[in-house]
Amino acid sequence: MGAGHGHRLHFHGHSVVHRAPAHLKILVLLGFVLGVVATPREWYPVFGGYLALVLGVVVLARVPLRYLLPRMVIEVPFLLFAALVPFVAEGERIAVHVVGGWELSLSESGLLAAWGLVAKGTLGVLASLTLAATTEPAEVLRGLQRLRLPDLLVQIMGFMIRYLDVVTSDLARMLTAMRSRGVDPRSPRHWPALARTLGALFVRSYERGERVHLAMLSRGYDGRLPEEAR
Amino acid sequence: MTTPVLDVRSLAFAYPDGHQALFGVDLHVHAGERVALLGPNGAGKTTLVLHLNGILSGESGDGAGSVAVSGLPVTKKNLLEIRRRVGIVFQDPDDQLFMGSVRADVGFGPANLGLKGAALERRVMDALDQVGMADFADRPPHHLSFGQRRRVAVATVLAMEPEILVLDEPSSNLDPASRRELADILRGLDVTLLMVTHDLPYALELCPRAVVLSDGRVVADGSTYDVLTDEALMRAHRLELPWGFDPRTIAVDSLPR
Repeated sequence: MGAGHGHRLHFHGHSVVHRAPAHLKILVLLGFVLGVVATPREWYPVFGGYLALVLGVVVLARVPLRYLLPRMVIEVPFLLFAALVPFVAEGERIAVHVVGGWELSLSESGLLAAWGLVAKGTLGVLASLTLAATTEPAEVLRGLQRLRLPDLLVQIMGFMIRYLDVVTSDLARMLTAMRSRGVDPRSPRHWPALARTLGALFVRSYERGERVHLAMLSRGYDGRLPEEAR
Repeated sequence: MTTPVLDVRSLAFAYPDGHQALFGVDLHVHAGERVALLGPNGAGKTTLVLHLNGILSGESGDGAGSVAVSGLPVTKKNLLEIRRRVGIVFQDPDDQLFMGSVRADVGFGPANLGLKGAALERRVMDALDQVGMADFADRPPHHLSFGQRRRVAVATVLAMEPEILVLDEPSSNLDPASRRELADILRGLDVTLLMVTHDLPYALELCPRAVVLSDGRVVADGSTYDVLTDEALMRAHRLELPWGFDPRTIAVDSLPR
């Protein structure tokens, strides 16, 4: 069976950061991210301070950086976008010498915008990963609940966490079945087949949703998750 | 005669797309009975089961007839009480276990019934004890093996203290050891049981009585041993014993009573 592996973001531990109440951690994360976003990007030393702060928390939580860094690949698409900005942005251009006597003409305001994106994005992702590494998903949900997030949203997130593994293992089995019949999901030639598979996965998950709803109704569900069962 | 736990009278049902699944089903199950509901794929077994707790009814399609549980008719007004009395264990435990921990999942039903605090906790642990899963209360369901999830699914329903336990294909996808463990658990439960299954040896092992549903009608209702040894009946309704299995070779006193 596909189930049985833990959540990929949580790093088991018993540090002060792990033990801190989840709603507090969520509030601190929110405040931190808002602060980072609101900081003018020219205040370079402040960003250094932010980075030191996050790394301090990471060290305090005793989560190895080796654990966090590979998980930061989620940021790569934003980094690629940021790398493009200096080439396409308007405004004053500056020439940058590169090896071999080549010269690159870059937009100065673009460079600044790219720096802002990279710095703020990286800090945000690193801080969020630290929260995820030190807080069980169920704890995050309870924290959000204590912060009075609408109940329906918390329920939806709970189901998402519960069924993530089920749906990914569904997909893995479908891909295995594709490969067993000589279709390589990675080859563009077979993308139409992959697209149909994803469509089928959507339908399957939708039908599972209906069955789960039936099972909930069968146990007296009336639209609200009971307070006590959380 | 006492009021039957389950009283289904000339139940007919057609889905909104026009497919007629049930043609006048009569079924009575009395307290303490263990009944196997047999029949080929597409016979209407699942449709019948979904009528027992009012998920399907004349209101969701085109139907006739009535269902009553211990004398209480299945109607919109009685739904909550009906769903407490009839506990359905669905085939795929992943459909049934939707909360973040085993404890929360087993507590879901009783909490919906208004149980709180220590009473709820006791109900949850009792149910988990009955299926031998008490040590797993704080684990997330998706970290359990398939057999363990099936047992927790049974516990989620037991926690509602139902009058009748309805199991949809309880032995499907279980390895032989888990299948036997589940049989031991089911045999030990002091509850009326209706078991939908294709696993005929399992039916013989657990249920003294069997009902055969075929094309939306009850075509046989008798002792499981008699049903399984009636070759003409079995052939007519696409029921087949596994290769090498002959109920006649089983010692009579090892059959359930």
